[in-house]
Amino acid sequence: MEEQKTDTVKMTGSEAVMESFVREGVDIIFGYPGGAIMPVYDALYSYREKLNHILVRHEQGAVHAAQGYARASGRTGVCLVTSGPAATNAVTGIADAMVDSTPLVVICGQVGSALLGSDAFQEVDVVGVTQPVTKWNYQITRAGEIPWAIARAFYIARTGRPGPVLLDITKDAQFGSLDFDYQPVTSVRSYTPYPLVDPAQVEEAARLINLASKPLALIGQGVVLADAEKELREFLEKTGMPAASTLLGLSALPSAHPLNVGGLGMHGNYGPNVMVNQSDVVIAIGMRFDDRVTADPKRYATNARVIHMEIDPAEINKIIHADVPLLGNVKESLPMLTAKVSKNSHSEWLEEFRACDRVEYKRLVEREIYPDKPELTMAEVVRRVSEAYDDDAIMVTDVGQHQMIAWRYFKFKQSRSVITSGGLGTMGFGLPAAIGAKLAMPGRPVCLFVGDGGFQMTIQELGTIYQSAVPVKIVLLNNNFLGMVRQWQELFFDHRYAQTSLVNPDFQTIAKGYHVPSVKVTRREKLDQAVKKMVSTDGPFLLEVAVEKEGNVFPMVPAGASVDEIILE
Amino acid sequence: MKQEFTITVYSENRVGILNQVTTVFTRRHINIESLTTSESAIEGIHKFTVVVYATKDEIDVLVRQIEKRIDILKAYYFSQDEIVYQEIALYRVPTASLFEGNEVEKLVRQYGARILEMTPEYTVIEKTGHKKETQELFNKLDPYGVTQFTRSGRVAVNKLKKEPLNSYLRKLAKNGVNPGI
Repeated sequence: MEEQKTDTVKMTGSEAVMESFVREGVDIIFGYPGGAIMPVYDALYSYREKLNHILVRHEQGAVHAAQGYARASGRTGVCLVTSGPAATNAVTGIADAMVDSTPLVVICGQVGSALLGSDAFQEVDVVGVTQPVTKWNYQITRAGEIPWAIARAFYIARTGRPGPVLLDITKDAQFGSLDFDYQPVTSVRSYTPYPLVDPAQVEEAARLINLASKPLALIGQGVVLADAEKELREFLEKTGMPAASTLLGLSALPSAHPLNVGGLGMHGNYGPNVMVNQSDVVIAIGMRFDDRVTADPKRYATNARVIHMEIDPAEINKIIHADVPLLGNVKESLPMLTAKVSKNSHSEWLEEFRACDRVEYKRLVEREIYPDKPELTMAEVVRRVSEAYDDDAIMVTDVGQHQMIAWRYFKFKQSRSVITSGGLGTMGFGLPAAIGAKLAMPGRPVCLFVGDGGFQMTIQELGTIYQSAVPVKIVLLNNNFLGMVRQWQELFFDHRYAQTSLVNPDFQTIAKGYHVPSVKVTRREKLDQAVKKMVSTDGPFLLEVAVEKEGNVFPMVPAGASVDEIILE
Repeated sequence: MKQEFTITVYSENRVGILNQVTTVFTRRHINIESLTTSESAIEGIHKFTVVVYATKDEIDVLVRQIEKRIDILKAYYFSQDEIVYQEIALYRVPTASLFEGNEVEKLVRQYGARILEMTPEYTVIEKTGHKKETQELFNKLDPYGVTQFTRSGRVAVNKLKKEPLNSYLRKLAKNGVNPGI
């Protein structure tokens, strides 16, 4: 890496960080300065025209914002933080990005290399701490390593199954000088990002699909990460099979697509949960059989042969045995499979899903979105907001009851419209992620649904919204409870509401303090007008809705049950 | 059914790989029975030999989780009959015990052990073999006053016709992947 001296430019390690960002096409950095990263921030001052830095209010917010940016745009999110407490604050977001396969490059400062291991001020073994929650991490102790490590970081973060990469740069490496010569990384010897698709497995998968009378496709985020939405539609439309989505896969297929039968898992739709155990061939496309999808895995897809299309070999047979493992990038393997399957339609089988939908609507959905009780429900608010955006906004959520309700009742026309913390379930994810999503996609409306619990975990990012004038719309569904935990206490812990009741601040006053226009709705007849006001307001807006205090999220697959034991009320 | 597996892991020579290998086991509460690491026959590539008890299904997933780490080149697992392996044990006994009859000397001969160092104070005996054998010698020597006993981790070679790592590296070289990037 350092022997090539042609066209090199002498610069400091800190300048090399900036120049490497420019070469990787970075446009926005989410960060927070501090002692051990000051040389890099000093270099940033000279690059402020080329690199837009968003100053957050807490490092966790920087990472979630970068996640929102990456999830909405498909580009790699970039964070810049200092050593010690800043790096440990970032860990939650990094872990979230790891489990949800989000491409990030997180750069943190570190004490000078001479002080490493001495318990110096703001020193933490960040590489050790983040090892289990990063796709790759590396400590840079010499300026000369910076271009190489950054090139490698971006390559690893975005290729294959994406994930977060952390680089820990000692202060002396930031101050040191090097001959800068940027060589983008195009391969790493010990890393195979895209396993080759085995044509024999494609044949076998096609054979099973052609014989199937009740096939069901399970769509995961892998489809979105591979930009394979078009390939997915072509496959589904040729085979005529119904398709259901995981939490993160939702929006890969438009809500109104005739083959879309809804969401999988604990709070998913009735049809796909019940029907997965009647299906004779299940085709998992870029999904990993998370336990929130399968419930009891021993009683999942019990009558089906399973075809598992997956980019990560470590996911094969991890939870559900794959009769046909089909490794590779679905962007490549789906068209190969589509070419081999026969044109088909499964109208009777699809009708069984529609029958389930009617049951779900009659017993649950109708009274959720058109309630006859005086209190507002979360579902009706979500539905009004979705409609106000013509079902075409980017929906960001926090974690809890509102997340499940938003996921169930919001509708989508475009991919990359669901931004939510799936695998880690991080409360506090929503507000900063919405900031990142809006900055990545300024042309699309970004609407956050957040509960009163999660909102207060990263509420200080309202300051970021004000300072950087980020026009995100915030819908606060306030029930003065940690609702999901309260629901479990009600159903499984005999109504013993241990520490789930919240005495909240006046969120309207807080919004005012941060100069975010806001309105509070407590009565149904005021809802439409308030939603209209939010949609028509330029810039950020907080719509707070007082919703019923003890509403529950249904359907629900109880813990330890089989998916077909899903309860509707 | 749990059985003994020997896992060989080949990695780039970078700081922190050992931790990456061991956490795959520790997060699932699988105890590592033995672990050896050193540079492999190929310059710049490190080899780890790990012995664990697990089921076949478990080990199959675990090995792919190890291989998933970026700086790991390849990981393979073998059941006991697929490898030839060896361990080494050292025993320190008081030299006086050798003069109190010929029992210790007889044990050294009988177990194919050898005397590594002898001082007026102590004698160090070395034995290579499987754990069962080195343990048996310890049990026999212990009545004569073993003051220190230590056993190494396992080293192993597999019985495959071709070393799989070499084939993998040749394939990479053919595809023009730079070594060590």
